[in-house]
Amino acid sequence: MSVGQVLLVAVLVLPAVGAALVAVLPGERAARALGTAVAGLTLVGTALLVLGDHGWFGYGPAPAVQPWHEVDLPWVPGLDLRFHLGVDGISWPLVVLTALLTLLCCGYTVRRVPEGRGSGRALVALLLVVEVGILGTFLALDLVLFFVFFEVVLLPMYAIIAGWGGTGDDLPARDAARAAARKFALYTLFGSVLLLVGVFVVVAAAGTADIVALTGGAGLSRGTQLAAFALLGLAFAVKAPLWPLHTWLPDAHTQAPTVGSVILAGVLLKMGTYGLIRVAVGVAPEGARWAAPILGVLAVAAILVGSLVCLAQDDLKRLIAYSSVGHMGFVLLGVATLTATGIQAALIGNVAHGVITGLLFFLAGAVKDRAHTGALAELSGLRETAPRLAGLLGFAAVASLGLPGLAGFWGEAFAVVAAVERGGPLWTTLAVLAAVGGALTAAYFLRLLRRVTHGRPSPAVGRFTPALAGVELTAWVPLVLLALAVGLAPTLVLGYATGPVDALVGIVR
Amino acid sequence: MSVVQSVHNVALLPAYLAAGTAVLVLLADLLVGRAGATVAVACAGVVATGVGAVVVGAAGTRRTFCVGADCSWVFDGRAALVAGVFALLTLGVLGLSGPLLRGGPTPVGEYCFLLACSMTGGVVLGAAGDLITLIVALETLTLPLYVLVGLRRGSLASAEAAVTFFVVSVVATTVTLLGAALLYAATGGLHLDRLGGLADAPDVPLVPAAVALVVLGLAFKVAAVPFHAWAPATYDGAPLPVAAYLSTASKLGGVVALLAVVQRALPAEVTGPVLALLAVLTMTVGNLVALRQRRTVRLLAWSSVAQAGYILAPLGVLVSAAGRADDVRAGAYAAAVAYAVFFVVVELAAFAALVALRPAGADGGALADLRGAARRRPWAGAAFALALVGLAGLPPGLAGLFAKVTVVRAVLDGGAGWLALVVAVNAVIGLAYYLRLAATLYADPPAPASAGEPAASVRVAPARAAWPVSVALAGATALAVVIGFAPQLVLDLASR
Repeated sequence: MSVGQVLLVAVLVLPAVGAALVAVLPGERAARALGTAVAGLTLVGTALLVLGDHGWFGYGPAPAVQPWHEVDLPWVPGLDLRFHLGVDGISWPLVVLTALLTLLCCGYTVRRVPEGRGSGRALVALLLVVEVGILGTFLALDLVLFFVFFEVVLLPMYAIIAGWGGTGDDLPARDAARAAARKFALYTLFGSVLLLVGVFVVVAAAGTADIVALTGGAGLSRGTQLAAFALLGLAFAVKAPLWPLHTWLPDAHTQAPTVGSVILAGVLLKMGTYGLIRVAVGVAPEGARWAAPILGVLAVAAILVGSLVCLAQDDLKRLIAYSSVGHMGFVLLGVATLTATGIQAALIGNVAHGVITGLLFFLAGAVKDRAHTGALAELSGLRETAPRLAGLLGFAAVASLGLPGLAGFWGEAFAVVAAVERGGPLWTTLAVLAAVGGALTAAYFLRLLRRVTHGRPSPAVGRFTPALAGVELTAWVPLVLLALAVGLAPTLVLGYATGPVDALVGIVR
Repeated sequence: MSVVQSVHNVALLPAYLAAGTAVLVLLADLLVGRAGATVAVACAGVVATGVGAVVVGAAGTRRTFCVGADCSWVFDGRAALVAGVFALLTLGVLGLSGPLLRGGPTPVGEYCFLLACSMTGGVVLGAAGDLITLIVALETLTLPLYVLVGLRRGSLASAEAAVTFFVVSVVATTVTLLGAALLYAATGGLHLDRLGGLADAPDVPLVPAAVALVVLGLAFKVAAVPFHAWAPATYDGAPLPVAAYLSTASKLGGVVALLAVVQRALPAEVTGPVLALLAVLTMTVGNLVALRQRRTVRLLAWSSVAQAGYILAPLGVLVSAAGRADDVRAGAYAAAVAYAVFFVVVELAAFAALVALRPAGADGGALADLRGAARRRPWAGAAFALALVGLAGLPPGLAGLFAKVTVVRAVLDGGAGWLALVVAVNAVIGLAYYLRLAATLYADPPAPASAGEPAASVRVAPARAAWPVSVALAGATALAVVIGFAPQLVLDLASR
């Protein structure tokens, strides 16, 4: 095995073994620290995946998917399931983002565990299992394996929301968390069973589940491609989520504990958009062309509905949750254009949303921990009592609304540009509406800042102390720096993506 | 032609071993008279049966009781698989019966004898080559269960369950027999393979009616909707280990019998629509009703009704012409067998965990009785949760996940996309109640009502389960984990 192959397997085995060790080892604090160390090692492993050849040096036309490293072992031949992993320019940024956010969440949990709930080490173990599922989804190059990893995430995330979620320690709070968790599990399972059917529609028609071989349609008939794209598209639209299938998201994000919200918003939603790009568009390009206008209209509807709902929200976490609907709308709009610009905008939008919304949820969690409430009506004057926290919140909100120079800008701006480039009355209208949605995004984030940071300190905020805990700064600073870095140098994300995206767009044409 | 048939005794060895176990158990109970010895003899006999089946089956197909080319006893790879699984399930149920036999008034000798008799029926069932052998084997499998279900002495529910089960089952057998008789009248054959040749012409009068009667009679045994109503009442009234046996071995028996007639004897044009309809109704009704259950065993019973629907689903592809191509049919049968094997292993693990979490000799109780059980008993609770998740078909219960994948794949290979969607939607409904039960295990334990008063549940669950139960639970869970990571083992065996 080459170094790359060892790394590919290691980034999945490490967190899996780590989760088992964390669950059984005695010693609460030591187990959490061990989990964090494992997450750190995993991050190093994912970062090292970038090493290796990135070009196509073979003969003949270049294949649409050219993994830098590849592992391909048989697992269950009877089900066409192979243990086939690979990483390329489309998946690598998301892989690193997943490992980074998991590390930050594990580190945060070493010191901070939601009070009165399950043990912190069980939380760390679950976070690591979720990491295995998400990394596996991004790395899988076999449709059935992709489905298996897609499913792995579901129940640990359910347990995180149900076990550590909710505000307060009373019974209604726990019931609310459990209800939100159940809604999350049932909705996303609905998505993934559609994925299962879609995957096997493709496998039954093509006789293989190899994503590398399947990308480009692989001679599937038009009818099969339309059916496959409808099923796969619906499956990923639930996960992403696309309006009107988004209703699980606000409850889940609001009730989840801080680290759960960060992982949910930061990387879990990306499984949907990544799947759409890699699997749905790649495997059924004709279906993608057919469905692109519908997808575009729904994406713009998501942007507008998400922004309007945010304008009327009274709860900090719920507002940030709904803002995800709008932001993912921009990502999906980018995908729907099926142009190189649009898909690159989607990729960078994915990463930027993961970084910024992760940071926003960390900050919202900090505010909620201190004030014991998330209601905007009871929060004001944050800059008077906790100027640093207020400053960071301001930074994250401004980054999220898409200020040029920060990470959020590229994805949103270029999704609109891609729609304009696509031309025609429909796409131009969509571009204009999306731009209006962008303005609305600015409006609700500024409203949020005005309500929370300005004005006289409310009784809840008056108790705040200006200091920030070390563990909080450790978790937040990398995200702040990344939001800046990606904003100033988008090539960090897109540097390796140009080739794969061009190949993908070449197929769709 | 000689009047005296030569009998191939090696082919019959598994059946001899199984029947011999039953006799030896009775003798041991009579002569030694110690519970431990009786159970030990039963366990040894069951293991010998399983090993014998594997050894005989590994050497290729053996036939006996032949008239010309038609044989009444065909011991092939699938027969060996069925016999082996029956032996494993019986062994597991014997383990689960440990606390029941040790403390209670249950007569040990009779209990083990009846269980061994039932296993004999299962062993014969897999190898049956004609309709009469098949039906007699199925009755041998079921008959001892009427008594076993009623063994909870002094329990009205148990007696009611036994009577319900008895009446329904006898009616079902009658219906099947009537169908078999009509088939014989119409075609003049009883051997499955011969019927397969004859019944290719469905315009022979009576054949459709006869086929429908046979299939519906067998549908009672697998508790397929609309012939399912006996299952929840019977499971809930029976002692827990017997309920485990009913929902695993007895159901497997029904599936094997149904597969034998559908695959080898009956015309697919007639059975296809019936089976597709049965599958859709069974999984949907089972899952929907399970949502509202408050008692643990009833919930598991309704869930196992739904699971029977998933087992039948691959057979539903016979409904379409594309699904009747030879390789697709073979794949569909293999998928049904594979799902059944995955299911019985996981279901046994679930029942084993329930037995471990409940007081010795108790019934399944209400869901609320299990509140916080996994916090008091982390290992047994985790095993229960894992089994439930497996039944729902999600990781980390990989066995259940691959079982669902196998079924969906077989259905889509047959071009029945609508059926695959029905299976998929049902998986979502199923998760709702499995999740509810699993979440109950990890909920906060109920606060004691008031300190002085004796609590409602006087018999609290023991701090640890009896060792036979623990062994059975650990074995079933380990097996489920192994076939979860290496599902190809089951798929290979099922397609033989």
